[in-house]
This record gives sequence, structure tokens and C-alpha cells, in this order.
Amino acid sequence: MRPILMKGHERPLTFLKYNRDGDLLFSCAKDHTPTVWFADNGERLGTYKGHNGAVWCCDVSRDSMRLITGSADQTAKLWNVQTGAQIFTFNFDSPARAVDFSVGDKLAVITTDPFMELTSAIHVKRIARDPDEQTGESVLTIKGPQGRINRAVWGPLNKTIISGGEDAVVRIWDSETGKLLKESDKETGHSKTISSLTKSADGSHFLTGSLDKSAKLWDSRTLTLIKTYVTERPVNACAISPLLDHVVIGGGQDASHVTTTDRRAGKFEAKFFHKILQEEIGGVKGHFGPINALAFNPDGRSFSSGGEDGYVRLHHFDSDYFNIKM
Amino acid sequence: MAAASVMDVASIDLVARAMDMASIELVASNLGIDLSTVNLDSIVLPPGEDFGIPSDDEEILQREEPPEFEAGFGNVIIVDNLPVVPQEKFDKLEGVIRKIYSQIGTIREGGLWMPKDPQTEKTLGYCFIEYNTPQEAELAKEKTHGYKLDRAHVFTVNLFDDFDRFMRVPDEWTPAEIKPYTPGENLQQWLTDEKARDQFVICAASETEVMWNDPRQLKPELVYRRTFWTESFVQWSPLGTYLATVHRQGAAVWGGANTFNRLMRYAHPQVKFIDFSPGEKFLVTCSDHEPNNPRDSHRVVLNIFDVRTGKVMRDFKGNADEFSAGGAGGVAGVSWPVFRWGGGKEDKYFARIGKNVISVYETETFTLIDKKSLKVDNVVDFSWSPTDPILAYFVPEIGNQPAKVSLVQIPGKEELRQKNFYNIGDCKMYWQSNGEYLAAKVDRYTKTKKSTYPGFELFRIKERDIPSEALELENKNDKILAFAWEPKGHRFAVIHGDNPRPDVSFYSMKTGRVSKLTTLKGKQANALFWSPAGRFIILAGLKGFNGQLEFYNVDELETMSTNEHFMATDIEWDPTGRYVATSVTSVHEMENGFNMWSFHGKLLYRLPRDHFIQFLWRPRPPSLLTVEKEEEIAKNLKKYSKKYEAEDQDASLLLSEQDREKRKQLLEEWEGWVKKWKRMHEEEKAIRQMLRDGEASDEEEVYEAKEVEVEEVVEVTEEVLPYEFDQE
Repeated sequence: MRPILMKGHERPLTFLKYNRDGDLLFSCAKDHTPTVWFADNGERLGTYKGHNGAVWCCDVSRDSMRLITGSADQTAKLWNVQTGAQIFTFNFDSPARAVDFSVGDKLAVITTDPFMELTSAIHVKRIARDPDEQTGESVLTIKGPQGRINRAVWGPLNKTIISGGEDAVVRIWDSETGKLLKESDKETGHSKTISSLTKSADGSHFLTGSLDKSAKLWDSRTLTLIKTYVTERPVNACAISPLLDHVVIGGGQDASHVTTTDRRAGKFEAKFFHKILQEEIGGVKGHFGPINALAFNPDGRSFSSGGEDGYVRLHHFDSDYFNIKM
Repeated sequence: MAAASVMDVASIDLVARAMDMASIELVASNLGIDLSTVNLDSIVLPPGEDFGIPSDDEEILQREEPPEFEAGFGNVIIVDNLPVVPQEKFDKLEGVIRKIYSQIGTIREGGLWMPKDPQTEKTLGYCFIEYNTPQEAELAKEKTHGYKLDRAHVFTVNLFDDFDRFMRVPDEWTPAEIKPYTPGENLQQWLTDEKARDQFVICAASETEVMWNDPRQLKPELVYRRTFWTESFVQWSPLGTYLATVHRQGAAVWGGANTFNRLMRYAHPQVKFIDFSPGEKFLVTCSDHEPNNPRDSHRVVLNIFDVRTGKVMRDFKGNADEFSAGGAGGVAGVSWPVFRWGGGKEDKYFARIGKNVISVYETETFTLIDKKSLKVDNVVDFSWSPTDPILAYFVPEIGNQPAKVSLVQIPGKEELRQKNFYNIGDCKMYWQSNGEYLAAKVDRYTKTKKSTYPGFELFRIKERDIPSEALELENKNDKILAFAWEPKGHRFAVIHGDNPRPDVSFYSMKTGRVSKLTTLKGKQANALFWSPAGRFIILAGLKGFNGQLEFYNVDELETMSTNEHFMATDIEWDPTGRYVATSVTSVHEMENGFNMWSFHGKLLYRLPRDHFIQFLWRPRPPSLLTVEKEEEIAKNLKKYSKKYEAEDQDASLLLSEQDREKRKQLLEEWEGWVKKWKRMHEEEKAIRQMLRDGEASDEEEVYEAKEVEVEEVVEVTEEVLPYEFDQE
């Protein structure tokens, strides 16, 4: 499994996303330009120029026509995937962090960071089919959690919004009324910042990664804790394999401590766990900084990782991978 | 001020009740006081009176005051045998006393009180002095008890608290009440473990846990866990009976049959170090206290407790310099252990080094042997034989006097052996654990005296006249990085070299002369860890080498395995030499926890723990088997091991069975979830399609993982088929 190194970003990677067909890979980084790559050979296809700050997150519509990005420049932007043109800019009063299209791509959830006097918030925006009709109005704004909300995604049938962030609590909100429906409890939940949250292919369960050195698998509807995967390093990113019963977890020693210790001490590995048995299967080394982003190709035959080191590493699995016996 | 004095207490009361300024002004005008002439800040309220108005600074002040000030009169001393003086001379005497006692510590304001006879107006010949701290009071007692003011007046100084106690001593002696005997718990219960496992204790963050090492299950089994069990560290007693914890108020020991109960407490405020005697009869505790005056050195208090009764057998107090090794001074703080125990497990003698003396005490009376110390000019170091009452000390070269290592028999103080050295620098002494051999590592000066090269002098203690021989390394530029005797054995290992990858050599004393067994070249090692049973050794590369471990068999002279425990800081063999634990303590931020290995270097299990502080195996008392019995077992090992092998097999079968069960259960559970999700997904299909404007393509959300067929080449064999020409 020789990885393809994709060097296009000049700053640490923040997020990776495959489109539904699995032929395109979108990457976000702290430099200001989200980039799209061929998911097969890692060739750069194009960039989306227009943001004026670190880009934290992105999502692509089911038909691969629209891209939405959230940035520290206090905007979220809609792009035409094909031409790279900006379609619309949602302006906020604080940095935008997580973005996610709903089923049907008619709604988008955008979270904003706490900034100056403002608290963090979850905004729901309507996405118009015709770009000319697009408005910046919020359908719903949810406030409440303390600290940054690092991820917010749609629950099954767009009925709920699932969020996680600095206060280490996973919350499920009613997407109509903004009412808090469920909350993970202190005992079983994470004890430190939730850094990432990804849904399974069908949205029935989701995985959260936390700086408490663990990742947890939850039921999307009931918020029941199903599994816990424990590692030795803070978790920055995680992903669920759509093909096999595997999850991959990445992270590493905090970037601010990296220079003080040996390279091996950082454990900048993408670790594979058996989803059901919770046992470690193996690890993929290579990054020389913490892993900030992970994504599985929808066909489950390749995955990519983005690091603090500014590289995206694209891994196509060897045949051995599909024969792992547990 | 004049105006303020006009205000009597009643008016102050009024003012206070009035509270706000407007009413203050009103009251003032009523009383005919011009407020502008009154400095309100100069009004002093009667002490303790707050007129019902709580002051906010008062609370802070109270909090700042350490609680011990208020508890008892620990900081008050009584000085007796003062001259009895009339009123005229009172001030003069008080001045003298104040001068003497304020040198020792800070006397509190109004803390010197010399009572007078109300009739004669003469003093009564004693006074009370109140210091800021109990430590100062104790120091004052120690320093001025017996102080000669003049011939007729020798001070008698007592702590106020003691006085109280003396007063309570009944005049008539009553026989002590003999308590009925209550049998204690079996403190050695852990030795009777059926699986013959060993225990260990770990401290991580605020948790302290005692566990069984269960290599068959490949995990530890918890025995006892306690949060905030100790305030700094824990320590096993040398025979493993007790676990000692250290607290602000003193030390405590814990033990018991199945759990850990507190067996005894040893009060010693701010105790810093503890040390058991080898036979665990006595416990030495030590604390050093910051001096009030920065020019003074630290004050050190040592207590020797009887472990079982908790009684203080003897205490030592003094300056830190008195207790630093070699009397060298200069270095602040105590070199621990101050007292070194000698004479094996009987705990008969203990000794400490002083300036030009070695003080040897015996534990019968806790006094110096023959009432005097062993006088050795310029002595810098000494050590006890681990088994016999033999003391070895080293005196460096001074002027024309050669340096010497000397062996002295205690209690007779006869010199058994003396060896002189010329042109040497430092010397370090290493005893073999049975006290059979002593190695003195000496740094010899080269001819130019600019550098040194190492050498050894090896003494055979058990042979007649204690013969010795010199050993030098082949390469004179080599530095000695580590030296270690094989426990109970006749071999020793040395790490030497002058480059980053040093060599390791093994020597044997078995033959008539010391002989080299082998040298391993270019090893990544800087520390040696012999198995307590001998034969096996770990050559460890700690610190700079990042935790390289080489498991080496010295009998066969072969490496069994090489491993790494990245960043490892500590290595501890279990007392039987079967397992070894390597740990990363909190000196590193990452990787904290320990790894458990078999003696031949197979990783058994790992246990990560944040803020890992300590790993300690519970020591075992020496074996009760005779040497002959041990030899017999070694000879017929096959016979004995059969039973255990069968047990091992059963355990591992059981383990895999359990593992299979667990997996099965997990998979079933998961199946349940998937089934539920599938159903929900199916139910929601219509709505989902609607959300997607009727787009029906749900196929990619099909659940099952697609069956992936992969061809795998199992084996490729080449066969040469005989090709016979004549067949054509």
C-alpha cells in the first residue's frame, strides 16, 4: 500500500471529504484555498479561491454540483464544484466551523465559533436550487453549548442535528424547533473536547473522536453508546469504513509538544480498529505531524489522511487488507 | 488625635451603628465634633470588637494563619533557673533573655513574659517565651537547655506542652495494664498464592493500586486500590510485609491478609524520606525544614521507629551539613539514606558518616558502640557487607598518606584487611549480595595526572586473609558506565567504552583468578539489570538510547532477545526473576505506563497510565528451602514443572475459550443493532426519497458489505521434473 502524497496545501490540513461517487476528494486546510483532487491518482483538479481565512470544513452535494465550505474569515461559501465559481456567501459575526448538507441538499447546517461577546451557535440555512434565489436567512439558530462546536451533522431524515465540541458532550437537537432532545452523559461520554464526528454511510450510527484519547460509536437515533476505541494519543479525526467492519482513528501528540520529543513519540499513525471487537488491527504511519483529517472512499477501497504537516496521503488498500481475519 | 480621644466608646458605638457617612456627620454634629479635624483612620476599636460588622480582611488574615498556631502551645517554652531579681533589675534581665532567645527565632510580640511575685515584686526565676513556630521553640529548647548564664544559673528549658505532660505524671507508680493478646492478621498471606504470583504496587496520578501480576491471563489483577493513599510515594518494606505511605503528618504502614489495613502510624511532620532496616524491624524517617534565616542551613530531624510498636527508638536533630555524606558540606540537603544498616537481616547495627568519623550504633540500646565513634581521618565513603557485620570504608590520598580501602569487623572494630593505593582519584565500592566479594572501582591517575583510567580491586571476603587482586580494562581510555554483581553469583558485568556505543564485558570470580568470560562490542546500553536469580541480565539503554532492552543469558553467553520499550525510565525485576517490568514514569509527558516482560524478553502485556509515578514489586522474604533442596529441585526440574505446564495449558485453553465467547457475544450484539437499523432504514425509505425529490436511487445505501472476492496465491512451488532423453 504505497501512499500517494498530495502536496498542495501550505498549511495544516483540517478536513477531507469524498463526493458520493468517490471520484473526487475535497480537502480543506488552514491556507485559504479548498482543493479538489482526483480520488484515484491524487492529481489536483482545481482550487476554490475566495476565502480569506483558514477553511475548517466542507461538504459536497449528492449530485457533486455544490460545495459548501466554512471558514475562519466568518463566512461560509457555496461553490460551483465544476467551475470553482462562488455562488453565495453566508456572512456571520464569528468564524464558521462545521458545515453539512442535509439529505436532499435543501438545507445546510453551519456552526459558528464563540467570538468576542458572541457564543457559539448552530445555524440552519435553506439552500436554493436556483443560485439566484439563495438568501442568507437562517431557518433556525440554536445556541446553548459552551465553547466551540467542532462538528454538527444531520440526523436520520433531517429530523435532528447531532453536535459535538469543546464541552465534550454529544447533543441531539430537534432540527425543526431547535429543542435539545438528547445529551450524552458524563459517565459514559467523552471527558475532553470532541474533535471530530462522522456518520456511517447510512447515517444509522456515528463515530466521535476526542482529545481524551478515545473514539466512541453511538446510535444516531437514541444516542446509545455502542463502542469505545481507546488509543494512546488525542484523537483529532476518525472515519468509519463503508465496506468492512473497520474504523480508522487518527491524531497524535499535540502539535505544540511535537518539537520537544522524538518523532516516534508522536504516534502520528492512522490506527485501524475492528468496529465490533474494538481491537486494534493495525496502523498506517507516514505523517510527521498529527493527523487532522481522515476520510474513507465511499467504495471502502481507499482512504486518505490529512496532517498537520500539510500533506494529504492517499492510500489504496492492498488485497491483504480485505483478508484480515479477526 | 485630640479630637478622636474625645469620642468615647459609646460614641464609637453610635458611629458604628449609624454606618453611613451621612449619619456619621449627623452624630458628629450632635456631639459637637468637627469631623474635618478627626482622622477617622486613627480610631482604634477595642480588640475583638467589630460592632456586628464583619470585616472582609479579617477572614483573609485568619486564613493566612496556619492552623497549628492556634492548636496548643507548641510554640511556647518555659525557661527555668533564671536569677531572681528585684524590680530595678527586671528590665536588664529581660533584655538579656530577649537577646539570647531572639537569636534563635522570632519571639512574638508580647511573647516574653516573666512573672513577678505580687508581694515582693521580685521575679520568680522563670519566664515564658512564645515563638512564631513550634520548630523555633523546639530549636530554642535544644540550643539553650543547659545554657550557663553564670555559675549559679544554668537554664532549664522545657516546651510548654511537655510541662503539661510532666505535671500529669502521677506521684505514685502503678503497674502498666497488660492488654489481652489479640491475634493479628497473617501479614504474609500473599506468599501463599496458589498460582505463585507476585504482587506489585503502582502509583499513577492520585491513584495507588496493588495488583497481582497474572502472566497466564496476560493482565494484572487488582488487589486493592485507593485514591490519595500517599502524598508523595510508597515503599515496600524489604521483606514485603508492609507497604509504607508518606503523608504530611508522618508515615504509615499498611498490610493484611486479603486487603490493606493501616497497621501503624509514625508521626513525623513534613517527613520527606523513609527507609526500612533490612529486617524491617525499624523505620527511619527524615524531614528537613527551611531555615528562617537564609544564612542558616536546613534543619534536619530524623526519627527511628520500631515498626511494630510505633515507638520512637531514637531521634537525631541537627543541621543539614551534619547529615550530608562524607561531611563534605557545600551541597544543601541530606544525602539519603543517612543511616546505613549493617549486619544483614538482624538489624543489629546502623552507621552514619561524619567528619573524620564513622558513627556505628547498635540497636539494643540505640547508642554508639563502645560509646564512641570509629575515628577515621578524612573518610569519604563507607558501605556495609549485605550479610555480615563488616564495614568497608575509603580514605582518599592526602599528602604523603596513600589512599586506602579498609575492612572493619563490628562490633570489635578490628581491621580485617587494608589495601593502600597510590595515585588514585575516586573510589566506589560494590558488594556482592551474599557478601562474598567486594569490588572497589578506583580511578587511577595517568602519569601526567591530567586524566584518570579505571581499574578494579577485587576482594574475596570469605577466603582466608581476604586476598585481593587488581583488574584493569584492556583499553585504558575506556570509561566505566555501569558495574553490577550477579546476585548470589560469582560473576559481574561492566559497561565500558569511550564512544557512544560502549562494550559490555562479563567476568567470573569462580576460577582462582578473575577471568573474562566475554565482551560484547558496541551495545546500546548504559545500565545493567541482573535477574535476582542470577544467570540472566538485561542490558538496557535508558535515557539517551530511548529504552533499548537486550535480554542476555550469561550461562550460555547468548542474546535471548532484543526489544525496545520506547522512552523507558525504570526497570524492575520481580523478586523471583521470572518477570520484569519496564516503565515510563512521568518525567516524560507521553507513553506513561509499564510493560511486563518474561525473563527472556517476550512482551506479555502493557498497561498505560497517565502521570505514572512508581512501579514496585512486592519483595519476598528469603526462601525457606535449604541449599540442598534447591539444588535437588533444579536437578529434577522436569518432574516439578510438569504440573505447572499442565496448569498453564488449562489456563491458556480457558482464556481462548473465554475470548471466543466474548467475541461471539459482541458479534451477536452488533447483529442486533444492524438488524434494527436495517428495519428503520427500510421504514424511512419513502420519506428519504421524498426528501430527495423522488430520486429513487437508494442502492448505494444497501447495507451488507459487498462480498469481495480476492484471489490469493497460497504457495508457489517449483519442481524439477526429470527429463529423460532416452524416452524419446
